[in-house]
Amino acid sequence: MEISSINPILLLASLIVAATPLLLAAIGELVVEKSGVLNLGVEGMMITGAICGFAISVNTGSPVLGLLAAAVGGATLSLLFAVLTQFALANQVASGLALTLFGLGLSALLGQGYQGVKPPAFPHVDLPILSKIPVLGPILFTQDFVVYLAFFLTLGTWAVLKYTRAGLILRAVGENHDAAHALGYKVVRIRVMAILFGGACAGLGGAYISLIRVPQWTEGMTAGIGWIALALVVFASWKPWRVLLGACLFGGVNVLQLNLQAAGVAIPVEYLAMSPYLITILVLVIMSADRSGAPASLGRSFHASN
Amino acid sequence: MKLTKLLSTAAMALGLATAAMAEDKTKVGFVYVGPVGDGGWTYEHNQGRLAVEKEFGDKVETVYVENVPEGPDAERVMTQMALEGADLIFTTSFGYMDPTLNVAKKFPNVKFEHATGYKTADNVSVYSARFYEGRAVQGTIAGHMTKSNIIGYIGSYPIPEVIRGINSAYIHAKKVNPDVQFKIVWAYTWFDPAKEADAAKVLIEQGADVILQHTDSTAPQAAAQAAGNVYTFGQASDMGEYAPMPRISSIIDNWGPYYVERTKAVMDGTWSTVSTWDGIGKGMVGIGEISDAVPADVKAEALALKDAIASGSYHPFTGPLNKQDGSVWLKEGETADDGTLAGMNFYVEGIEGTIPQ
Amino acid sequence: MLRLEKRPQPSQAWTYATPLLAVILTMLAGGALFAFLGKDPLEAIRTIFWDPLFSEFAFYYRPQLLVKGAPLVLIAIGLSLGFRAGIWNIGAEGQYIMGAICGAGVALAFYPLEAWWIFPLMVVAGAFGGLIWAMIPAVLKVRFGTNEILVSLMLVYVAEQFLASMSLGLLKNPQGYGFPGSRNLQQYDSAHNADLIDGSGMHWGVVAALIAVIFAYILLKRHLLGFHIRLTGEAPRAARFAGVNPSRLILFCLGTSGALAGLAGLFEVAGPSGQITIDFNVGYGFTAIIVAFLGRLHPVGILMAGALMALTYIGGDIAQSKMGLPSAAIQLFQGMLLFFLLAVDVLTNFRIKPAKKEVA
Repeated sequence: MEISSINPILLLASLIVAATPLLLAAIGELVVEKSGVLNLGVEGMMITGAICGFAISVNTGSPVLGLLAAAVGGATLSLLFAVLTQFALANQVASGLALTLFGLGLSALLGQGYQGVKPPAFPHVDLPILSKIPVLGPILFTQDFVVYLAFFLTLGTWAVLKYTRAGLILRAVGENHDAAHALGYKVVRIRVMAILFGGACAGLGGAYISLIRVPQWTEGMTAGIGWIALALVVFASWKPWRVLLGACLFGGVNVLQLNLQAAGVAIPVEYLAMSPYLITILVLVIMSADRSGAPASLGRSFHASN
Repeated sequence: MKLTKLLSTAAMALGLATAAMAEDKTKVGFVYVGPVGDGGWTYEHNQGRLAVEKEFGDKVETVYVENVPEGPDAERVMTQMALEGADLIFTTSFGYMDPTLNVAKKFPNVKFEHATGYKTADNVSVYSARFYEGRAVQGTIAGHMTKSNIIGYIGSYPIPEVIRGINSAYIHAKKVNPDVQFKIVWAYTWFDPAKEADAAKVLIEQGADVILQHTDSTAPQAAAQAAGNVYTFGQASDMGEYAPMPRISSIIDNWGPYYVERTKAVMDGTWSTVSTWDGIGKGMVGIGEISDAVPADVKAEALALKDAIASGSYHPFTGPLNKQDGSVWLKEGETADDGTLAGMNFYVEGIEGTIPQ
Repeated sequence: MLRLEKRPQPSQAWTYATPLLAVILTMLAGGALFAFLGKDPLEAIRTIFWDPLFSEFAFYYRPQLLVKGAPLVLIAIGLSLGFRAGIWNIGAEGQYIMGAICGAGVALAFYPLEAWWIFPLMVVAGAFGGLIWAMIPAVLKVRFGTNEILVSLMLVYVAEQFLASMSLGLLKNPQGYGFPGSRNLQQYDSAHNADLIDGSGMHWGVVAALIAVIFAYILLKRHLLGFHIRLTGEAPRAARFAGVNPSRLILFCLGTSGALAGLAGLFEVAGPSGQITIDFNVGYGFTAIIVAFLGRLHPVGILMAGALMALTYIGGDIAQSKMGLPSAAIQLFQGMLLFFLLAVDVLTNFRIKPAKKEVA
């Protein structure tokens, strides 16, 4: 048994599946953090999205409605966080942690009775022509449509942040909320919208796990993916394209180590599993040279008191 | 006054109090490591609890606490159950071993039953199931069903329990199919659906067309179903919702009969310390229905093996068997003793790869 | 519409009233939840808040409050120093793990030697383990200006993997039949952090937590360093004029919180838990962050917040077994309590007023 038994095309294709929930949740969190808010409740919003999506698609038979419900579920939960941090000015770190606790409990309660139920199948979309391209075709163009959605979400986020006025305002709010306020922008309103967007994305990411990647419902099934998404945003130094890259790396490390194991290569699993986090720290250090990365107001409360 | 003394006095007082009422109610506590909805390990223990309730109806009261971390929290939950008058407490995870003994010392009148451990006391019994007997049946079916001759195996942690299963499955797959090869992946988790699904996909991509799992979620079943021509086996739970394909059979942890028997023993006052390690024969390990995807002759052979194990006429680890390094483990006709099995930390000859240390 | 108006000074009255208000709100919302699940809400709430303290078996639960609360308080005290100065260590979970591994490692290295100096050495090793782990984000922040929130969080994951590796490898009990996990330190007298008075729940970790509370109180009230910490948090620029050395403050705050978290891990592994196992950490490091905020970053507040958290854990487990409530409901209930506690704090610093019509 050796490495040759690993099929690189299949490896990359399953890497993309592993990366998608991370990408969805991380893109959402990126927008939230760009607006200057640190929401550590990603795990809670993901798992809530996972059960909302699951329950609705089982009951309606429609996976698309399920995804929609997941986004709504994640956003609804994030609204709690928004109320706490934006209106009650509670500390964001503590609120985010509380949100995770709350989300895990809520999802377990909502999910009672859904164990062992199979969700409606999610069709794969083989893009015409493109899927016929050798090597790239089977890797990139025979996925389910959520993968494409995640990709275009990344593209859209990048474009909006970089080229539009809305993106500019969002970044301004994240960099210096006092100045943004002085310029007449509704800091709180913008942040609440960013938080809701982040919640919806995390919910989608969760539903991707419960509806497509696994597909089933079990309590606590996100098993820490939300926390990895948080790391990913930092790793990417708040740049959408790097989030995409990082999602592949973070998702890939796990798929790769399983592949190596199956191929009979003895590897120290724990140390390999550490590596993405160590790399992230390294990236942080390197990045600190140029100060373009972290939004300056990240994690700070804003109140328009004169 | 020392607290231990206080505790036992309280327990004694309660013991008397409950003894007075004992004619009608025996209280049985269950401590679970996961949520009852995990669909695997804890789910089956909870089924056992429900079996006790069903059997004795009004004569028992059962209580349980789920998601109890191993360590001081477990100790507290057990003490709490004992204080509230439990007569018998089942602690259903290996990591509860030392906490169980600690609490048992303080409550000599309460009986404890610890799953999968090896330490006993006057009021602590241990019980576990010989899952490897079920693995032998699985291995036989798997060896016949594989066309690629590659069988994937998802392990949780490299511990004797899991290694025993791998060896047993391998020996019996090899017996019916000399070309068979095992690909083993360690997930380093008992329960992480996404990771288990990934592991199954990886094994399938590398050519495995039969997947055995020693982790508790149904994620690998779902992954196999998506892949098409792959066979799987339910683990811990029947996972019948994936029958007839990909799930072609299963190993079921059936704790109900044991829980009923031990509860009965407490009611009758005949409870005594035992180390139970039961298998198919006593019904603690169940073989889920072999589905129609399996040819009739294979099914018959598997059932025959199951019956032979059940009757005790065949032991899954019967020599001649060599260890992986080629050294002799069991001579012709010799069977493995329980001590070696309990601490098994080697592969048998023919399995490739090393056990992670 | 309502709007918030900042109070010139935090309201004394509300400082004390808000936690009470939050608990009452939680009881109402939680009661509705329990009623919805078909349980008697009054009984559920009584079981969670009252039974651990005053029921027939309170003699057992009260000491357990100490066992459960001590690590939370010990860690939260350390964290609160940094939080006050705007230095965010959210990786206490990792420091807790590393402290436990280092401390237990020392004990296991000397096993089965019995000597009086083993436990003190373990304490030092535990504090050292946490300190080193916290020094990584501290040094990186001082040297390169990296964000300590993120680095310390990343290091939690690294520590968890390291813990798994240790329980399966180096520290595995050679007589444990191959199961993951170390020897049980409770059975190794020189290393055992036993109750000082049998059954009182008072182990060295509880003592350390109480000492930490007192020291933090004095530090913040009386000491120049405490003044610097508060000043840096409230007015960073003024602090610089006052001669505060920010680098030294970062090293001090992160170092202290790391060492305390490491100590908490050591006391836990040597006492109540006894063993290094894969699942040794149960989230104290993260819960302590919440405790720090619930206690309003004040030493005495943290003490009470730690006790409250411990109460809901213990009461929650009692409610599970007595009333058959699912653990998910308890989790949700705790989540609510945190939300309300965090939300009502706004009343301390702000006044709610009807919104004025905005001009222009």
